[in-house]
Amino acid sequence: MTTTAVRPRTETPGGRLPGTWGLGLRRGALELKQFFRQRDQVVFTFAFPVVFLFLFASIFRDDVQDAGITASQLYVPAMMAAGIMSTSFQSLGISIAIERDEKVLRRLRGTPMPPAAYFLGKIWLVLVTGVLETAILLAVGTTLYDVDLPSDTGRWFDFGWIFLLGLTACALLGIAISSVPKSGRSASSVVVLPFLVLQFISGVYIAIDTIPDWMLNIGALFPLKWMCQGLRGVFLPESAQVLEQTGSWEFGRIALVLGAWCVGGLLLCLLTFRWKNRRDG
Amino acid sequence: MTTHAKDLAVDVRGLRKRYGDVTAVDGIDLGIRQGEVFGLLGPNGAGKSTTVEILQGNRSRDAGEVSVLGADPAHGTRAWRSRVGIVWQDESAPAELTVDETVRHFARYYPRPRDPEEVIGLVGLEAKAGSRIKALSGGQRRRLDVALGVIGGPDLLLLDEPTTGFDPAARRQFWDLIRKLSDEGTTILLTTHYLEEAEALADRLAVVTLGQVVAEGEPAALRERYGTGATVEWSEPDGTPRAERTDTPTRTIAELTLRFDGEIPALRVSRPTLEDVYLRLTGQEDAR
Repeated sequence: MTTTAVRPRTETPGGRLPGTWGLGLRRGALELKQFFRQRDQVVFTFAFPVVFLFLFASIFRDDVQDAGITASQLYVPAMMAAGIMSTSFQSLGISIAIERDEKVLRRLRGTPMPPAAYFLGKIWLVLVTGVLETAILLAVGTTLYDVDLPSDTGRWFDFGWIFLLGLTACALLGIAISSVPKSGRSASSVVVLPFLVLQFISGVYIAIDTIPDWMLNIGALFPLKWMCQGLRGVFLPESAQVLEQTGSWEFGRIALVLGAWCVGGLLLCLLTFRWKNRRDG
Repeated sequence: MTTHAKDLAVDVRGLRKRYGDVTAVDGIDLGIRQGEVFGLLGPNGAGKSTTVEILQGNRSRDAGEVSVLGADPAHGTRAWRSRVGIVWQDESAPAELTVDETVRHFARYYPRPRDPEEVIGLVGLEAKAGSRIKALSGGQRRRLDVALGVIGGPDLLLLDEPTTGFDPAARRQFWDLIRKLSDEGTTILLTTHYLEEAEALADRLAVVTLGQVVAEGEPAALRERYGTGATVEWSEPDGTPRAERTDTPTRTIAELTLRFDGEIPALRVSRPTLEDVYLRLTGQEDAR
């Protein structure tokens, strides 16, 4: 046997592989940098729910019968819930489909980056943009439409977990739906339609007491209806509970449904996530 | 020379892959030694890319044994991935980031990366380090792709048609880069349908057509083995160009020397080029 002159470098002891959490943070920073550098995208992402809040809350402003609130006040928590879903479900559903189509994902898969770091990066992106979106809507709601910030810490706590569970559930569903469109180009239509339908049957655009029960029951299968309901519970007076289907805020049930969607969404992602396009085999 | 399997960076036996009714890879055997530059040469659709994707661990195979750096790519671990550099055929890098940011970020994925600044210099993008990727030309993006392929300091670099779309000057620069990496001891597998590229870079090459290896060896040896004979060309006194294919060119020239009694007008003797050999091997001879 002949020995070759070049000593294979494979025999040098390898360094330690970088940790997943640290890489997740770095990916998050990178995702945010990319997001905020696309000025038009930033403006439209944040402006969309604000414009809708302004339109709906300015058109429908009458007092709601027996509830002690105005229609404008109803739209503030509703648009906050929709805003959370748009920064998580819609933005991830579309952006991941495009990244898959443009083979960004395949390239990452060819590196020793742990897949979990990619998802952690997306979670950081969604968390930061979701907090910003919610803060903007809350600022508009409190200054223009007479919504009061909660005065007791219990309500702030409720706000916190509804935000986190809702955002997580919607983000996971967004990752899952990103595998549905066949190409990046069709992604926005595939993602926006179900989101739009859910906004109609979950009490975002139309008050829940006017939506037919059967529609509301379908909406109740998904997180958005419960996020709207929970945020109404946080930001509206107790007197407004009469408008709810069961006449109460049902915080316990909200936690249960959103928690279940977090677990279910995670399973769905693990089962369906693909690094390559279908035609790439 | 016999080569023991453990000296092979890539060891492929009986590789097969079908897409529906189409057999893309039909029983390929490959043995790539540590430290060599190996060229996989063949026309479009010969099965080169499929083979490389299987070696990358990005495509499943139907049959055959594959060992890349001692492991089966179908079950590549993170540690294994950190030793294999990939330059894809069609690339996409994050458009909104700068060259510098991207290379630095990818360096974070690896346990012992190369110095990002050095790698940017290696691919000749120093002047563009601060530019957004969306502002780069096609050739510059390709060089960035190579930078991302080597940033981890790979033991094996897999390049799938790396110079497609390059202008001749960029191609020369790229060749220099590959030679530099090879001198550093990196094992390199590149696919190409450019013959002069395979001849310029590869220590050994395999010609693939219809999913099978039809010839394998050093470029010069291939030319000798498959390119027999020579062509003698000259002009008659009235200016008519003549050409004669012969296995004994020296004798032909001696005869011509006698006939012309001195200088033979427009004399040219040519051996078959690697291109002639390649076209013959891939059954495209008539295309000339």
